[in-house]
Amino acid sequence: MSKFIAKRILSVVPVLLVVSIVIFSLVHLVPGDPAAAMLGDLATEQDIAALRTRMGLDQPLARQYFIWVGNLLRGDFGVSVVNNETVASMIISHIKPTISLAIYSLCIAACIAVPLGMIAAKNKGSAADHAVTAVSLAGISLPSFLLGLFLMLLFGVKLRLFPVSGYKGLEEGLGAHLKSLTLPAIALGFMNAALMMRMTRASMLEVLGSDYIKMARAKGVREFSLMAKHALKNTLVTLITVFGQSIIQALSGAAVVESMFAIPGLGQLMVNSIGRRDYYVIQTIVLLIAVFNVLVNMVVDILYGCVDPRVRVN
Amino acid sequence: MREGAIPIGLSYVSDGPDEMEQLRKSLEKEQRRIQIRRFTKNRGSVFGLAVVTVMVMLAVLAPLICRYDPLALDTVNRLKGSSAEHWFGTDSMGRDVFARVLYGARISLTVGFLVGITTGFLGVLIGLYATTNKVADNILMRICDGLKAIPSTLLAITLMTVLGADIKNVIISLVVVSVPGMARLARGQAMVVKEQTYIESMKCLGAGKTRILWKHIAPNIISPVIVQVTFVFASSIITEAALSFLGAGVPAPAPSWGNILNEGKGVIYTAWWLVLYPGAFTALTVLGLNLLGDGIRDFIDPMSN
Repeated sequence: MSKFIAKRILSVVPVLLVVSIVIFSLVHLVPGDPAAAMLGDLATEQDIAALRTRMGLDQPLARQYFIWVGNLLRGDFGVSVVNNETVASMIISHIKPTISLAIYSLCIAACIAVPLGMIAAKNKGSAADHAVTAVSLAGISLPSFLLGLFLMLLFGVKLRLFPVSGYKGLEEGLGAHLKSLTLPAIALGFMNAALMMRMTRASMLEVLGSDYIKMARAKGVREFSLMAKHALKNTLVTLITVFGQSIIQALSGAAVVESMFAIPGLGQLMVNSIGRRDYYVIQTIVLLIAVFNVLVNMVVDILYGCVDPRVRVN
Repeated sequence: MREGAIPIGLSYVSDGPDEMEQLRKSLEKEQRRIQIRRFTKNRGSVFGLAVVTVMVMLAVLAPLICRYDPLALDTVNRLKGSSAEHWFGTDSMGRDVFARVLYGARISLTVGFLVGITTGFLGVLIGLYATTNKVADNILMRICDGLKAIPSTLLAITLMTVLGADIKNVIISLVVVSVPGMARLARGQAMVVKEQTYIESMKCLGAGKTRILWKHIAPNIISPVIVQVTFVFASSIITEAALSFLGAGVPAPAPSWGNILNEGKGVIYTAWWLVLYPGAFTALTVLGLNLLGDGIRDFIDPMSN
C-alpha cells in the first residue's frame, strides 16, 4: 500500500512541472510588452521600466521561471499592479465565499444525485428512470451561467424568493448566508448533479446485476439495507471519482457564477482582474486551482486504492 | 476426357465478379439501412439532428429572415417587449433582439464548428505522430496532461486576457483548451490499431511510415474522433458564450449569444426577453449537438452502448 501511495505521489511531479511552465508562459504570450500592457496607456516610460525590473522581465527567461517558482514555494505570489496589495492577501480575503459556495453546491448535488441515481437504477425502464436520464442530459447541456440566469429570472425576478445579488457573509447568520448562496449553488451544482446521477445509475445497474446481490436477496436481506449497505458500497469507487471532478468543476465554474451573482469570491476577483489586466492575480488563481486539481486527482486515486484493493496491483 | 464440371465451374467463375459485386452492394445497402434505423430508432438523436439543422438554416438564412440589421440603433424603441414588429423585443439601444439572436447563431456556430474541426485535425495529427516515437510521445502526453490539469474555462479566460478580446483569439483559446483531450483520445485509439495484423502486413509490403499513418491508421480511428468533435463543438459554444458573457470573448457590438446575455443580465428586472431568448437558443443548440453526438456514436459503433 505505501509503495502504491509513494508511486502515485511521485507521478504528480511531472504534471506540476508542466502546469507551472504553461502558466508561467501565459504572461509572456502578451503581444508586446507585458509591463506596458498592465500599466495601460497613461503610464510613463519610467513606470514601465520600473515594473519591468520588478517583474524581472529584464532577466533571461529560464532564470525568470526559477525565480518565480522559488517565490511561489515561499508563498510569495507577487504584487497586484492595481492597488499594490500582495496577491496572497487578496486571495485570502476572497477565498471564504468561494469555499462556502463550493461546499454548498456539492452538498446539493450529492444529496439530489445519489438517491435519484439509485432509484433510477432500481426501477430501470420506469418513468422515474426516464425522468432521471432526461434531467441528467439537460444538466450536461445547461452550463452553469445559463442556468444561473434562468434561475435569476424565475426565482429572483418573477417569484422574488431569493436575492439576485447581495452576498451575506457567515458572520450575518447561517440562514442569511445560505439564502444568498442558494441560487448560485444550484446553478453551480446542477451540472455536477447530472454527472453524478448518470454515474450512480450506471454503476448501480452494474452492481445490482451481480451475483452477490442476488445472493444477499436470496438470504432475505431487506431491500433498503440491500441498496444502502451492499450495493452503495460497491459504487463508491465511481462516486469518489465523480466527486473529485465535481470539486474542481465547482471551483472553476465559480468564475462565471460568482461574478454573475456578485459574490466577492475568487471567481469574481479573477473576472474583475481581466479588465484591469492584472495578470499576476489571474495567473495565481489559475495556478492554485490547477495544483489543487492535480492534488485532488492524486487523493482520488489513492482513495481508489483504499476502497478497491484490485487497483493497487496495477 | 474433359470433365463436365469445368465449364460449369468456369461459367460460375466468369459471372462471379458480377454476382459478388451485387452481393457486396446489397450487403452494404442492408448495413446502411440497419445503421439508419439504429439512428432513427433513437428519438433523441433525430431530435438533435433536427435542432442542429434548424439552427444552421436560421444562421445561414439570417439576412433573408430578419427585417432588421442586428447593429441598427433605434433610440426611440428601447427595451420594448416582443411585438409583431420585434418578435423578441428590443435591447437597451433599440436593436432588434430577434436579428441579434439569429446573427448570434452565425458567430456561435462558426466558432464552435471551426474549433471542432481544427481540434479534430490537430488532435489526430498529434495523436498519430505520438505513436511513432517514444520520446516525442512522452513529451507530448506530459504536455497534454499538464494542460488538462488546468480547468478549461479558466485556461480559456486566461488565454483571452493575455491575447485580447477578438473572435480569432476566441477560436485559438478554445482550440488550445480542447486539443489535449482529442490528442489523448486519438493516441489511445492509434496505439490499439497500430498493433493489428493488417498494419504489420502493410509494413511487410514495404509501405512508408506516412502512408501507414494516414492511409491505414487514420481511417480506423476516425469514428471516435468524429463523435468527440461533436462534443467539442457543443462545449465550445458553451465556453464562447461564457467568455463573451464575461466580456472576454467576441468584442461588444457584434452579436454573439454570450454578448446578448451579458447585456441582458444588467437589465434582467425590466427586459427578461434579453436573457430568455439567447439563453434558450444556446441551451437548445448545445442539447441538440450532444444528442446528435450520441446518435452518431450509435450509428458508427453499436457496441458502445
